[in-house]
Amino acid sequence: MNQPSNSTASRGTRILGIAAIVSGALTVAYAFWFSKADVELGNTVRILYVHVPTVSIAYLCMLINAVSSVVYLRRRTPLPDLLAAATGEIGMVLLGLTLVTGMLWGRPTWGTYWSWGDPRLTSTLLLFLMYVGYVTVRNIEAPVNVRGTRSAVIGVVSALLIYPVRMSVEWWGSIHQGRTVGTPGASKIQGNQEFALYLGFLTFMLFAGWLTMHRFRVAWLADQVATLEVDERIAERRSEASPDSVGVGEVTP
Amino acid sequence: MMASDAWLVCRRDLRIEARSRDTARHVVPFVLAVVMLFAFALDADSVILRRSTAGLFWVTVLFASTMITQRVSAIDRLDGIPDAMRLSRLSPQGVFLGRLMSLFLQLTAVEVVLGAAIVVMYDVRLDGVALVVASIPLATGAMAAVGAMYGPLAAGVQGRDSVLSLLMLPVLAPVLLAATNAYGVASGTTVGPGWRWIAMLGMLNAIYVAAGMATASALLEES
Repeated sequence: MNQPSNSTASRGTRILGIAAIVSGALTVAYAFWFSKADVELGNTVRILYVHVPTVSIAYLCMLINAVSSVVYLRRRTPLPDLLAAATGEIGMVLLGLTLVTGMLWGRPTWGTYWSWGDPRLTSTLLLFLMYVGYVTVRNIEAPVNVRGTRSAVIGVVSALLIYPVRMSVEWWGSIHQGRTVGTPGASKIQGNQEFALYLGFLTFMLFAGWLTMHRFRVAWLADQVATLEVDERIAERRSEASPDSVGVGEVTP
Repeated sequence: MMASDAWLVCRRDLRIEARSRDTARHVVPFVLAVVMLFAFALDADSVILRRSTAGLFWVTVLFASTMITQRVSAIDRLDGIPDAMRLSRLSPQGVFLGRLMSLFLQLTAVEVVLGAAIVVMYDVRLDGVALVVASIPLATGAMAAVGAMYGPLAAGVQGRDSVLSLLMLPVLAPVLLAATNAYGVASGTTVGPGWRWIAMLGMLNAIYVAAGMATASALLEES
């Protein structure tokens, strides 16, 4: 029987990890040294180099989670289930980071960490809590197929909120600003600020890709270990039941 | 076929409730206790109580919905019942709709008692009755749909009480928002067109029922 490798690293993850570190270092350099403070937002604009990329990559992770969940519900194969698990968890972490950085930005800009009347903030919090529920259910011990079905259903339902959250500023009005970047030439920031923001996108994209590959492999290894344990127990029972072993009810001398 | 299966499951759940009286014995006293506790917590100020009536009403119904959902779903986890359900050839969508109907009826019964208690004890007066009458069944339907979908999912997990609340409450937050605002417009504490909140409740109902129907087969097979 093939023993699974005990490492989650590969050539691909190493390259991705190094690229993420380099891109992260460049983002920090552009965020703090090469780009200047904003005319309106002052130094708080530097928070946006993390805030905007994290929310975009979180949405991307959640969309991958939803698509993988649908594929799992249709095909019942392990790969989409594991991909959904990895991206759901990373999407939740990135969305949590978005909320924290948003609050840190809101305090000096709006004068408050949180506004319950704002649809973007409250809907993002709801989305975050839905994925907390997803990760909670995902981590509850259960047979692989049962766990996969439960979490896939939650993944699909949770994803229904992504578009309303994304459009909440346009639909319901909000103190939250609209799109910071859009089609080329329509961005609200230019020059080194825009470049720092795009570097932030690249960094978090690479970072999320790197984490997804590792989380995917960790989840796969965990399932392999569980399967091996079951196989070992079955083998033990079979050896107990073999003719050479002592039968049920027999007394050894 | 699906409708008759739904009716079968609904009748079964209601018959179990009629015999066990769990909702009547546990959930109704709970909501009445909440009405009393809010009055104490808000210092018996009738103006504040009247202003917060909608929020109090729907938060209480939300908690009651998780309690009823837990109980209804726990029945389906008893020995042999999950396998019996799978082998029964009942339509999964029918089972979902039946559970939805039974949750809707039980929640409605709780709302009648809760509403009467609030009207009497908080001295509530309503101007836009039509808006409230339209919003209550829609909000109740949305809660029942989410309960029917997430209840079986959470019933088999360890620590199901907290897991079900964690799953249901964020999904139902928009329902709470719309129903509370519809009531606010009806009672004059919120300004704006009330019917857009009714439309939002209708849309949420459609989404939750569609999601429940789409995932019913998977949840009946493996949960």
